Amino acid sequence: MTDPRLLLLSPDDNVFVLRAAIEAGETVTLETGTATLPARLGMGHKIARRAIAPGEKIVKYGAPIGTATAKIAPGAHVHVHNVKSDHTPTYALAATSEEVPR
Amino acid sequence: MKGYLRSDGRKGIRNVVAVAYLVECAHHVAREIVAPHRDTAHLIGFPGCFPNDYAQHMMERLCTHPNVGGVVLVSLGCESFDRNALAETIRATGRPVEVLVIQREGGTRATIEAGRAAVTRIAGEIADAPMVPMDLSELVVGTVCGGSDGTSGISGNPAVGRCFDRLVEAGATCIFEETGELIGCEGIMAARAATPELAEEIRASVDKAAAYYATLGFGSFAAGNAEGGLTTIEEKSLGAYAKSGQSEISGLIKPGDIPPRGGLYLMDVVPDGEVRYGFPNISDNAEIVEMMASGAHMTLFVTGRGSVVGSALAPVIKIAANPHMYERLRDDMDINAGRILSEGASVEEVGSEILDIVARVAAGERTKSEELGHTEFILTYKSFEPIGPACLPV
Repeated sequence: MTDPRLLLLSPDDNVFVLRAAIEAGETVTLETGTATLPARLGMGHKIARRAIAPGEKIVKYGAPIGTATAKIAPGAHVHVHNVKSDHTPTYALAATSEEVPR
Repeated sequence: MKGYLRSDGRKGIRNVVAVAYLVECAHHVAREIVAPHRDTAHLIGFPGCFPNDYAQHMMERLCTHPNVGGVVLVSLGCESFDRNALAETIRATGRPVEVLVIQREGGTRATIEAGRAAVTRIAGEIADAPMVPMDLSELVVGTVCGGSDGTSGISGNPAVGRCFDRLVEAGATCIFEETGELIGCEGIMAARAATPELAEEIRASVDKAAAYYATLGFGSFAAGNAEGGLTTIEEKSLGAYAKSGQSEISGLIKPGDIPPRGGLYLMDVVPDGEVRYGFPNISDNAEIVEMMASGAHMTLFVTGRGSVVGSALAPVIKIAANPHMYERLRDDMDINAGRILSEGASVEEVGSEILDIVARVAAGERTKSEELGHTEFILTYKSFEPIGPACLPV
């Protein structure tokens, strides 16, 4: 039983989507254990469902949405700092992975 | 539901006077003409001075859109736009049209005065346009998502998809678009095509978009998308793709092509040929304008971050994907699809709610953006080749 704040869109996914914001220091329950979030994450952001190796595809909606560029621990934020597009590069303003509007 | 019957057989759900500037130099005058008539007259136009077949075609389609009852054209006088051809196309549909040339009328004041009088005359003439019964199957509905975040693809877009499924079942025409925002979805989309030939056309249209954006250096992805939790263009694409629902894809159209019958259509909005005029669609309203040119009576606009736009000519129904944003911007939002996240509402339930508002807006109910006076419009340079024979249903 996973955390009700986490949404698994497809059984093949290796990320959960946040149904609501989770504050820094809060602990989430994953299938394989628990993880504590070092920073606040907003609704719609993603965390790793399990450990993801560099070069592995990130899977959401049951489909690849990019490739991991670093080792991602279970429960860690999955975003522009550790994922790259397999199509066109993402243009994001600096520090967007930290800034989490409601 | 009743509609305004037009000479080409299509029916309008609004009966507005379009005031169109034919070059940026006539924009101010046209805007001033509209100012005292904001409920009856909507401002549209093309800013460029150099000729463009696409812009001419789009303006012809927009000025003869079923929601348009009559037209005032505002020309500076020396621009390249063929005002006479446009006026002739409008006149041929039986709509009243008046052409004002600023250099001939005597400048700004004289043209504004003449234009306001023209709007009053045309509005009076079309006020008692006949209304006839209109069926849901006669509706053309477009959809866009803008100001997307991580919630768009998991609440608002799937709910619009469900509404689209039900509209298509009822025989209506639904249009989804922005092939540049469907990069990564070409395989699953091609599998839904009515014919293998159409599947090839769909794949080719997405390949074209990918190549186009690669030349430009970045895709259809704004900084706010990343702040909202979206990481890559393909993630955004899959969320956007959910708007299309589950129906078979009947055809692939380009801006201004009018679907020959009901069904679900993909609109290819990326220009053909070499990259020539910059970004295909510089903002959401450019996409709304192109779907209107293909006959869309209204647009379902899903937003996560919170877009406030409406449109000239055709109502926009705004669907909030993010429940927090809905609370902040509820004056601008027609539907709260964020309930799917915050209250556990089903996609089915919100899809039905959207279908209900589509029917009410078609019957004359004003949307939030209409009430607030939003009439955004933008049209820029593009070039297209005609669609191939495999693109339309037989």
